[in-house]
Amino acid sequence: MELNVSAMGFSEVNEQMRQTADREITLTGCIGQRFLAAGTGGKYVKICGIAGNALGAYLNGTVIETFGNAQDAVGDTMNAGEIIVHGNIGDAAGYAMRGGKIFVQGNAGYRAGIHMKAYQEKVPVMVIGGRTGSFLGEYQAGGIIIVLGLSGGEKPIVSNFPCTGMHGGKLFLRSDCAGIHFPHQVHHRIASADELEEIRPHIAEYCAHFGGDPDEILNAPFTLVTPDSGNPYQQMYVAN
Amino acid sequence: MNFYPEFEVVRSDSRCIRCRVCERQCANEVHWYDADGKVMLSDESKCVNCQRCVTLCPTRALKIVKSDCRLRENANYSDQTIKEIYRQAETGGVLLSSMGNPNPLPVYWDRILINASQVTNPPIDPLREPMETRVSLGKKPDHITRNPDGSIDTKLPPQLTLSMPVMFSAMSYGSISYNAHASLARAASALGIYYNTGEGGLHEDFYQYGKNTIVQVASGRFGVHKDYLEAGAAIEIKMGQGAKPGIGGHLPGTKAVGDVSKTRMIPEGSDAISPAPHHDIYSIEDLRQLVYSLKEATEYRLPVIVKVAAVHNIAAIASGIARSGADIIAIDGFRGGTGAAPTRIRDNVGIPIELALAAVDKRLRDEGIRNNVSIICGGSVRSAADVVKAIALGADACYIATAACLAMGCHLCRSCHTGKCNWGIATQRPDLVKRLNPDIGSQRLINLMDAWRHEIKELMGGMGINSIEALRGNRLMLRGVGLTEKELQILGISHAGE
Repeated sequence: MELNVSAMGFSEVNEQMRQTADREITLTGCIGQRFLAAGTGGKYVKICGIAGNALGAYLNGTVIETFGNAQDAVGDTMNAGEIIVHGNIGDAAGYAMRGGKIFVQGNAGYRAGIHMKAYQEKVPVMVIGGRTGSFLGEYQAGGIIIVLGLSGGEKPIVSNFPCTGMHGGKLFLRSDCAGIHFPHQVHHRIASADELEEIRPHIAEYCAHFGGDPDEILNAPFTLVTPDSGNPYQQMYVAN
Repeated sequence: MNFYPEFEVVRSDSRCIRCRVCERQCANEVHWYDADGKVMLSDESKCVNCQRCVTLCPTRALKIVKSDCRLRENANYSDQTIKEIYRQAETGGVLLSSMGNPNPLPVYWDRILINASQVTNPPIDPLREPMETRVSLGKKPDHITRNPDGSIDTKLPPQLTLSMPVMFSAMSYGSISYNAHASLARAASALGIYYNTGEGGLHEDFYQYGKNTIVQVASGRFGVHKDYLEAGAAIEIKMGQGAKPGIGGHLPGTKAVGDVSKTRMIPEGSDAISPAPHHDIYSIEDLRQLVYSLKEATEYRLPVIVKVAAVHNIAAIASGIARSGADIIAIDGFRGGTGAAPTRIRDNVGIPIELALAAVDKRLRDEGIRNNVSIICGGSVRSAADVVKAIALGADACYIATAACLAMGCHLCRSCHTGKCNWGIATQRPDLVKRLNPDIGSQRLINLMDAWRHEIKELMGGMGINSIEALRGNRLMLRGVGLTEKELQILGISHAGE
């Protein structure tokens, strides 16, 4: 199904997508409609234009490919599926996502991967090709966040306060992160060759979507950030 | 610093038969048997006064009393205040408490009296006349629309229909046990009301009670996915909790075990942190976005509740929520319970639900948007009389949790945060959980609600009102006693005698 949505509100677009039996849907003329494909599974949605806030919220298996930028809260609380953005994204991408993958060609705003979590076989992955704003991986509880810094000029790969409150998961930054300050509840060090092999499939997927050579991308120092083990928060309290 | 225990175990040696039930029943390990002296001994310093041993002692040989060994009396520095300072000086820790604020702050319910008919507009006998206690929660249309053929369009926004205006409020699986959730789910189902999952997800065994379940979405989004959202009859966005406004939740890794970890969808032993704010909500517009993302994901089939703590500007906050697209607002007062909250927050933050409720109802009426939303009142609704007063102050329904826990056996020892609940409610220890039999727990909840429904009908009948909806916001049925002009003005009621 192909749908020109330039004159439609979000609820009408989503309703039309629910109604069709077609697996493949193309939306053209998208001008910031929110909640596109929220909660859907089993479809392939191609979006031409700008996707609005909460693109693919609670996504449950659908693959969304956006040819243009997306706004805030991409993949909010997504469970399964894939979101591929040929452009930049806004703030709070992948909030509490617990499965599936998000690939962004360009940059991400503040708080990317906030409160991402993982459980058993469900390990969400977010790959950002460019750079990210402040509070990357805030409260991260699981999953893998990878930032490549391939675009975005001379700015640092991540802005201020990355990994605040991180208590699970892994974060890979393609940079030696000199001058970047991490909080004391996390460990950060240069990733080993084995650890980079672990993320090679995700880099290869990124390259399949947006071009580039995985070997070339991996041939650079990556910083790996993980939470300090133990339960640092438990020590804060005394029973009264 | 060691101080004399708060409670003493008083054991009558002549009654004690050394059956050692007290020893087996106490998860705090207060009692033990001394074989040499053939006598039961106890370490009172571990006692939380949960009354488990007292209740199960077959010969009534035991009682727990408050120790009269006190620090030197001081009206300013109470024993409690001094001991709290000792605890903090020793550990450097934030004080952590459980259940609702126990301090002697005003309970407005107890200062409000209900009217009854005499001579004119006679009372109604609920045993003889039909009385309607059913309520529907959700947006009510403000005008009638007609179909092309002239008939009335009867399609309503999604509603929750309750057989009586009381529901079980949010308690997560993790904060309370599997058997406690089973009791609440079964009772809600049998009663035609609802229980609430809290922020810990929904155990797969309880999807069958979905018709009577409210699923919660909190800042940590634990256990939230499409099937979960669709499993219930309504979705509640938790913005705040009366016991800890402005504070998030934190299930320690030690409680995230087995099925709890599975239901929350986090690895075993990992801390489950629900931060204070939703990371994507900084305004009413942002709240609107979360409301609509949930509605889109569930195809507008379910009402969305927004739960907030009663705080200073609650009327303005509720006005915003009523315009956010939410169907129902739940307001939780400062006496609401909790499985764990920092003591200072619990005891000092938030406002009484009675004042908050009256202020919200008035504000929404003044703004002409009262029917955009239904209002649920929670945060220490203790009896059928409190329910009736809440409804007359403007609530559509009430949330109860502490009262529900009491029905299941809780003795309000306020030690939930230890995870060693001897009554099988606020614990994940299998040997303790099995003490709460869901057959009995659910029946006791049903009994409690049956009793309250009868009492609500009697109180309504006394006022000459035969439908609970005719009582909603009917403040003429209330009078205050011993309240100041200001308090009466906020409550919107007259003083007794006026």
